[in-house]
This record gives sequence, structure tokens and C-alpha cells, in this order.
Amino acid sequence: MSEGAAKHFDEMTGRGDGVRSPYFAYRSWFEAEDPARLKHKAAEAETFFRRMGITFNVYGEADATERLIPFDVVPRIISGREWARLSRGIEQRVTAINAFLHDIYHRQEILRAGRIPVELIAGNDAFLPQMIGVKPPGGVYTHIVGTDLVRTGENDFYVLEDNARTPSGVSYMLENRETMLHMFPELFSSVAVQPVSTYPRNLRRSLAACAPANRANGTPTIAVLTPGIHNSAYYEHAFLADQMGAELVEGHDLRVVDGRVAMRTTRGYQPLDVIYRRVDDDFLDPLNFNPSSMLGVPGILDVYRAGNITIANAPGTGIADDKAIYSYMPEIVEFYTGEKAILKNVPTWRCSEKDALAHVLDNLDKLVVKEVHGSGGYGMLVGPAASKKEIAAFRKKLKARPGSYIAQPTLSLSTVPILTKSGLAPRHVDLRPFVLVSPNGIKITPGGLTRVALKKGSLVVNSSQGGGTKDTWVLDE
Amino acid sequence: MLGKTAGGIFWMFRYLERSENTARLVDAGFRIALTRSATAEKEWESVVATAGVRDAYIERHGQFEASAVIDFLLRDRTNSSSVLSVIAEARDNGRMVRTALTREVWEAVNECWMTLNETLSRPVRDRDLPSVLAAIRQQSALVRGALHGTMLRNEIFDFARLGTFLERADNTARILDVKYYVLLPSLSLVGSTIDNVQWETILRSVSAYQSYRWVTRGDPNPRDIAHFLILDRRLPRSLAFCYAKINDNLGYLETDHGHRPHSHTMADSCFHRFRNRSIDEVLDEGLHEFLSGFIADNQALGAQIERDYRFHE
Repeated sequence: MSEGAAKHFDEMTGRGDGVRSPYFAYRSWFEAEDPARLKHKAAEAETFFRRMGITFNVYGEADATERLIPFDVVPRIISGREWARLSRGIEQRVTAINAFLHDIYHRQEILRAGRIPVELIAGNDAFLPQMIGVKPPGGVYTHIVGTDLVRTGENDFYVLEDNARTPSGVSYMLENRETMLHMFPELFSSVAVQPVSTYPRNLRRSLAACAPANRANGTPTIAVLTPGIHNSAYYEHAFLADQMGAELVEGHDLRVVDGRVAMRTTRGYQPLDVIYRRVDDDFLDPLNFNPSSMLGVPGILDVYRAGNITIANAPGTGIADDKAIYSYMPEIVEFYTGEKAILKNVPTWRCSEKDALAHVLDNLDKLVVKEVHGSGGYGMLVGPAASKKEIAAFRKKLKARPGSYIAQPTLSLSTVPILTKSGLAPRHVDLRPFVLVSPNGIKITPGGLTRVALKKGSLVVNSSQGGGTKDTWVLDE
Repeated sequence: MLGKTAGGIFWMFRYLERSENTARLVDAGFRIALTRSATAEKEWESVVATAGVRDAYIERHGQFEASAVIDFLLRDRTNSSSVLSVIAEARDNGRMVRTALTREVWEAVNECWMTLNETLSRPVRDRDLPSVLAAIRQQSALVRGALHGTMLRNEIFDFARLGTFLERADNTARILDVKYYVLLPSLSLVGSTIDNVQWETILRSVSAYQSYRWVTRGDPNPRDIAHFLILDRRLPRSLAFCYAKINDNLGYLETDHGHRPHSHTMADSCFHRFRNRSIDEVLDEGLHEFLSGFIADNQALGAQIERDYRFHE
């Protein structure tokens, strides 16, 4: 356990050789376990995931091979007290995001008050003019949010990203727990862990609560809209539809019939009330957005604007999780809630600003530079890990289009041990809790998805870049 | 249910049925080729013809040689009817309709795909062929077992069964049609026996070798074999059996939907060919004419079901 132990905060051992209290029970169980049995279990988990078909396709790989996201059997454990504070912070932030979205598509008070620059909205592709003045059914914009958090110390949590469009990964949160229950049932009888299995039911309720007032069906008919079996997150789309008892549809299953969005069934077209779409805004409606999209439904936005269908998340929510907006989040939270933000923002340099750009260019080897509209860990520079050549190439890109980038310090992300051939070894992690918003309130599933960089020293946790996942426990105490 | 989902289930089970039928055809071909090296090429040609891929095969290989035929039918991804291709299709359809399948059925089809991908990752050596063919049949039987043991008897189940029996009827009819000349010359000679190895092959291709012995006495004769495979409602691969099942499942759909689309009428008239009909009447009509007419009608029924139940836009 000495590997890098002093440099980073380890969630099991802190900064020393002790054991932090949330891990007491687990650690003593672990030490009594036969290491060979644990390794065997780790291999068993892989078979389990393959048989279930919990696999994903990697973009750009010609071969049809399907990959598994590696699963580590050591859980990430959060105390009940830590979680209570985190969830208060998340609730505050998500409340502010919904208020911000409503404002930005209506009166734009925050712009009038001069708290964020007008250009940031007006010139932003994530802002959808088609949404101006539209009132989403139930008043909710972001029905599902996945807030990415990182930890750097005992009491230091930062929000890295507010995923307010179509956050993915919740199926892994659920399957990871199922896998752990299946492999180590005895562990759960000695450690009280808050359950996550209520998520699909809560998702269904929360979507149903946002159904249009003049809906077509007494009990709202809900469908998950997927781009199809070749999408990297298809497993999750099917999983959620299955668990919620919703239909799983693709664009070509739907059309607008008599002012409603209807699905083609064996008995003809039947109207839908709520669509949980896992298709980006741009592909949602070829009549109103990208005309070449084959994934969406022509005219769906007109039905939406007439109030006859709920789309979750609402079109245009991307303006709230845009990386250029991110740096204004503390102001946004304060503006709409009247409180200081509970969760910290990572200090961010907006390269569109002259002084910031100069600072970033001088410190490229120390900073993480991200594309404002990028996601999934593509197109970013991790300064401390980059070669001179990579930095020089990035410098050129940055100078050419400074407005497309932001920069942040490299955070000393906390570590959690993973099980390796030679025993426990610390690896960097992040956390994506899943948040459900409905007119009846905000629900946060205790825990979330812990992503872990499996390579020693690596800070990149994305599954597309070789990251893995862990079960995340919030203790019931 | 969604039209697309009905189509996905229907095709998933058609493809699974096809994988099993192809394995059985190869098995029968392998046996006959072993015992008759002189006519082996002819036998392999009829296997390829029965699988309905004669033109594609000739374009790729030309000669009908055992290892090339076996590889083409089991492993070749350019052959859309090879076992590897249809298993991948069945599993893709299974993924597409994942929400309509029980966990058991999904896991069975996924495992079928994983196992056969591994088994067929290398060319199959002669000495491994029997166990490979057994594995193919077994994997598809496991999916069928999961279907029967765990699925609700609703329209989802009906479409799975419709796909199975349309594909099976097509297969049995093709086997008979490709081999009808074996049965023909002797038909006029009442009481004559046919080439033992040939009739054995036909019966083995439909897993009916044992059952035939159970239901008939004395030496096998062409008239009885034709009757057994076409009209006997007890044999699960006979045309009459398949159509009785197709009519049952369409009947459940009719009750469920309160509607009787055109495909039901078509199925009914197709079933009529087997009801209250003697094998002599069929043979008088001409076996080849009867079978090719049936194959065309069976195909048309499949297409009509796709339209009636809105599988596509």
C-alpha cells in the first residue's frame, strides 16, 4: 500500500497507513479472505458480465468486437455523513440548473443582471432558440442528471461536470451492485449498505410525474428512444426500458399521428406520453434540427411545443452543462438559490479571455485543457502527462481557436484500492451520482457510478480510454 | 407490442431454426459421403442446394468438395445462411428485442452466440465435426428450452413460434424437393424399396430416422416416407405439423387482437393442402409440383405476416 500513498488522498487509508472509518468493516473482512478466492471471484465477475451481454462497442473500431468495462471487486465506500453533505450539494446545484434553464429560455434575468455574459448564450450551439418560451410538461428540464464529482481530500469534493443532457452509466451502477451481491452475499449481511435497486422504479415514477397534463393514456406510456443496437450505450437503453417496463424504440418506430408522437405496434400506431431519449438534441428531429438525421422523429419538436409529449431531458439542456458555462456555476447557484454553492467548482481559466489565455499558454505543462464542446475524454490535453511534442501541437490548436477551450489545474484525485495480481493498489477515481428531478422533488440514488483509472498513476477514468468501474457503497448509519 | 419487436422475435427464431437445420443437413451429408465416395460430390451438391445457397457456393468454390462445403455452410461469413452468420443475426435480433425476452432466453441466445463463435473460430476438422454439429443443435435447443420454460404465452411467444415453423416447413419441403428424384422412380413400382442410404439420409435430415421406425413396419418405402414427412401430424418437422402450429399461433393472435388479417386466410388455405388429403393424391399432383408450390406459398405467407403485423415501416 505504499505506492504513492503520501501524495494523494486514499479513501481507504487517508494519507497514512491507517484505515479510514468507512472502510473498517470491509477491511477486516478483506484481510480474513483467501486472496486466491478473491482473484477467482474477479474472473467470475467477468464471465457474469459477458454472459449478460453487458458490453459496449468502441467508436471507430471497424471490427465488431464487443468490449467489457473492467470491473474491480473492491468497493468504494462513502460514509452516511459524507453522503448527506454531498447530496445536499448536488440537490442545490441541480435545482439551480433547472431554474437557470427555465430563465435562459424565458426572461433571461441572469443576463439582464449581468451575472453571465450575453455572448456566452447567444453564440453557443448548445442554446436552442427553438426552446425559447416553451414550457416543458411538469416544469422540469433535466429529469436525469449525472453530476461528476472528484475528491482531493477528507472534505474536498469538486464538481467536474454537470451532465445535464443524456448522462449514461446508471446501468453499471445497478449491475455492479447485483454482481457484488451475487459474489459476496455474506459481505452485505455484515456491512449495512444503502440499496440502489430502487432507481428504475424511481425513474419510472419521476418520468410519469412529468407526463403532459392532457396525456393520451391514463397511465402514461413511456418509451426509451435509442439510436439502436450499434450505439455504445445500447445495453443501458435496453436495460432501463426493461427494468422500467417501458417500450424501447428507435426513430423509425415512431411518427407523428394526429398531433401525438405514436409508435408502430402490431395493432397500428399508438400514442406515447413520455420519451426518455438517449439521442442527442441535434438528431432528435430532422425537420427542426439536423436534416440528415435518421435517428429522430420528424416533427417531434412541434408536438413538444404544443405540450403533447414529454421529452426527457428537454431539448436544449446542453446550455447548462456546457464547459464554457461551467465556470459560472457558483454565480448561477447563488443567483437562483440565494445560497453559496455547497460543492466546489474546479478553478477554470476561460481561454476566450486574454489574460486567462496568456496564463494557460505559460502553464500548459501543468494544466488540463479541455474542448468546450468535447466529451468522453477525447480532444483534451493532460499537461503533466503530455510530451513536449504533444504540448507544442496543442499550443497551436489553442492559439488558433482560444474560445473553444478552457483550462483547469490538474487535481490530485483521490485513490481507492483495486485488486491487482500483487494485492491492493491505489488507483484514481471519480464519482457520478444519478439525480432524478420531478415536480415532486429531487431524488438522488445513494452512491452512483465510480469510475477508476486502472493504469497506475493515470487520471483518465473514461471507459473509452481504459477505465474501469467499482461498486459504490453509501453506508447506512 | 412494437411491430419491429414482433419482427425481431420472428427472425431471431427463424435464424435459430436455420442454424439447427443446417447442422442436420451437414450431418446427413457427411454420413452419406463417408459411405459413398463415388457419389460424394453429388451428395454435397444436393446439401448445398437444399440449404438454398447453390449459386453463392459455386461462385465462391466451384467444386463440391467436402471441406469447402462444410466450411461454407458452417463458418463462412460471406454466406448469409452459414451457421456463424445466422447465429450472429439471431443474437443481434435478440439484442434488439431484449426488452421482450426473459433474462433466461436472452442469456441462452447470447451464450449460444459466444459458444459457437468460439467453436467455429477455426476450420472444423473431420474428426471434430460430429461434436461441433452436436454443439450447434444443442445451443439452439437451449434457447428453445428457455423460451418454453420462461416466456409468457402472449403475442411475443406467438411470433417466436411463427418464425420457427415457417422456417422449419421451408426446410423440410426443400429436403424433399431436392431428393424427390430418389423417391420418384420407384413410386410406380408398388412395394418396391428404395436405396437404403438415400432414404436414411432424408430421414436423418429431419431427425426422423427413429420415429419412422416406430410408426412403420417392414421395409421403408417411398410412399410412406413422403406421407410421414408431409402429412403425419405427429412428426414435429412434417409440413402438416408445422402448419397446424402456424394456424394455432395465428389463432391466438386473432383472439388477442380481435382481428383476422389476410395472412390468416393464406395460412388456412396452405394448411388445407394437408387436411383430409391422402399421400396418393399428393403424388398424383406431382411431388415436385406440390413441393415447389408449397415453398412459394410458405414464403408468401411469411411476407404477408410481416406486412399484417407491421414489422417494417
